[in-house]
Amino acid sequence: MIRPLLALALLAAPAAVPAEAERLLIQSTTSTQNSGLYDEILPAFEAATGLDAQVVAVGTGQALKNAQNCDGDVLLTHARTAEEAFVAAGYGTERRDVMYNDFVLVGPAADPAGIAGADSAAAALAAIARARAPFASRGDDSGTHKAERALWRAASLEPADGSGRWYLETGSGMGATLNLAAARGAYALTDRATWLSFANRDGMAVLFEGDPALFNQYGLIPVSPDHCPGTNLAGAEALRDWLLSEEGRAAIASVTRDGTQLFFPNEAPN
Amino acid sequence: MQDFTAAFAHAVTLVASGDRELLQIVLLSLRVSLSAVALACLIGMPLGAALAVLRFPGRRALALVLNASMGLPPVVVGLLLYMAFSRAGPLSALGLLYTPTAMIVAQTVLVTPIVAALSRSAIAGLMDEFDETLRALRASRGQRIATLLWEARPALLTAALAGMGRAFAEVGAVMIVGGNIDHVTRVMTTAIALETSRGELALALALGLVLVCLSLALNAAALGLRPRAYGVAYAR
Repeated sequence: MIRPLLALALLAAPAAVPAEAERLLIQSTTSTQNSGLYDEILPAFEAATGLDAQVVAVGTGQALKNAQNCDGDVLLTHARTAEEAFVAAGYGTERRDVMYNDFVLVGPAADPAGIAGADSAAAALAAIARARAPFASRGDDSGTHKAERALWRAASLEPADGSGRWYLETGSGMGATLNLAAARGAYALTDRATWLSFANRDGMAVLFEGDPALFNQYGLIPVSPDHCPGTNLAGAEALRDWLLSEEGRAAIASVTRDGTQLFFPNEAPN
Repeated sequence: MQDFTAAFAHAVTLVASGDRELLQIVLLSLRVSLSAVALACLIGMPLGAALAVLRFPGRRALALVLNASMGLPPVVVGLLLYMAFSRAGPLSALGLLYTPTAMIVAQTVLVTPIVAALSRSAIAGLMDEFDETLRALRASRGQRIATLLWEARPALLTAALAGMGRAFAEVGAVMIVGGNIDHVTRVMTTAIALETSRGELALALALGLVLVCLSLALNAAALGLRPRAYGVAYAR
């Protein structure tokens, strides 16, 4: 009985021989993968550089930790303070802005907490807390979660007081959190790219947007060869230079959903 | 409701169109899980037999640990192996993190206790029947183990199938040690998790249907290998 199993395993073995091109391992936030950005721009990067770009998409917190363990050549995340701390600690060479978009507050289209007319994102969150309307938080130390906590601090509120009652910490990715929000009729903070590419909106709508506090900056950091001697620094810098090049910026800007641009490339520094 | 209909339509279209991405994902799933089950059988069946046949101190404790290990949470196994295979970990020199090999190791760790514990219990049952005869024939320990393994093969097939079910279904361990990298370490379950997080529930469910059909086909094929005469007597 073992023999046929082994034979089957061997039959299946040649199925996925990894490509021979030099590997560039990207530790990434999830929004760039879930929105389909990588599927659309990385083939052009690979064609331009001959590198084999491989993406591990996890929350920003986990991506930073994995890169600190040297399990990646380059970071593409969206939590500026944590990223700067990463570089300051010597784990990365330098941080560059590569693209941005914004966060939006989504929720049931009927807007039971009435956040649509709020003056600011912090005021919108305060309205949700006042109404004790369900709010689905990532609760996973991701970039979006860090941004959300900053907004609660700006509102001088501690949502953890409502934890398990109206404040629901999913501890999972943006998509899973949006699925829960859709099912529970809850509000949620999401980056616009994930929202626009999210297929299971189910009665939800963007209810608050446009506050400068909702700005969402994506940064790129090559992992430092001083900290991780085996890292592919040349590949990481090739990715950074390509993303900041005419071609890369045009590729980023060309990715749309329902006619809306998902990410806006930053200007290349001189 | 329309999600269910859409999922069936999706699944049929995906399979009928011979989608290359899907084929690659299916083949990698088969390669990882079948390799893991094969390794788990090579380790687990002799281990289970030895536990049933040999008498040594700590045997019961070992059997207990084995039984409890059937319930090892995949994420915990994944996390432990991530920490071991990470470049910051003790086994970094192997360069296994984010490779199919790491996924095979993770599933082997998950499946071996299932195969070993089920083999032990099947062979312990046969012991009552055969052991006196084997002793009377002055069979050596190795011969007794080999004979019992051979006689228990219908139950061992069931053990292997139970292990395969576990390997095919788990997502937590392969997600962490494989990284769900497109075209490299993406398998059926991690693809389903990704499509779910994209809110593409119908596509995720369609992939799930393909996985279930695949599992059915493998089980049917395995049952076809079973000798008919034993099929009835030791089916459970």
